Amino acid sequence: MTRLNDVKNYKKNIKSYHPKINYFVNGLKAFVIGGLICDLGEAVQKFYVTFFDFNEKTAGDPTVATMILIASLLTGFGVYDKIGQFAGAGSLIPVTGFANSITSAALEHKSEGIVLGIATNLFKLAGSVIVFGVVSAAIFGLIRLTVNNLLG
Amino acid sequence: MDFLWAFLVGGLICLIGQILLDVFKLTPAHIVCSFVVIGALLDAFGIYDNLIEFAGAGATVPITSFGHSLLHGAMEEAKQHGYIGLAMGIFKLTSSGITSAILFGFLVALIFKPKG
Repeated sequence: MTRLNDVKNYKKNIKSYHPKINYFVNGLKAFVIGGLICDLGEAVQKFYVTFFDFNEKTAGDPTVATMILIASLLTGFGVYDKIGQFAGAGSLIPVTGFANSITSAALEHKSEGIVLGIATNLFKLAGSVIVFGVVSAAIFGLIRLTVNNLLG
Repeated sequence: MDFLWAFLVGGLICLIGQILLDVFKLTPAHIVCSFVVIGALLDAFGIYDNLIEFAGAGATVPITSFGHSLLHGAMEEAKQHGYIGLAMGIFKLTSSGITSAILFGFLVALIFKPKG
């Protein structure tokens, strides 16, 4: 047992105490739930194309907004966290996971007040996504525009 | 048929995320950030548009489409205004997503009580 406290080998010694991960089952769960969420998005998109003045290209925006509304509500009811525990990345990667991180961060800090709690912490988890998205889009856009200009 | 491809492609993207989570022990925040960067990178080469045409919501619902629309809006505006257009257009297409996320997140946090 004293070997466990050995600083150098700590990471190696602690390994046998880690919970065993079932890679296959976790992957299957993520695949199925992620696919189902995308199918829900497909259904919403079809709904917008059929009943409103959207075509296949422009229907993406209202679809994402609708998925975010659904995910925010499910987070409020406490359902989305249960889905997240079951599906792992299956509920994290779709845009609904983005909405879940915003809503749950806001809910968590609600007790600190509306301005300092909810509004300040709204982007606590999702802020990194926006920062990396904007920075990478700016860099790639700069490169692509320069290449386009150079080519003609 | 649309639903089948949306299911398969969307599920596959989530499966990649789960593998990064389990095998490479990345945190969820790191995974989501890398996916957004990958989405922007794929759009830089014009690949992501083909994926959307092929898989529909299977490609627009995963967070990779966020990076794709950021760059897409920037390039659209850059056609008219050059380099300044890049900054003007970045949030052009994602505006509805970010607005609804802030609005609904705020309203839900106001109305509901934290659980668990």
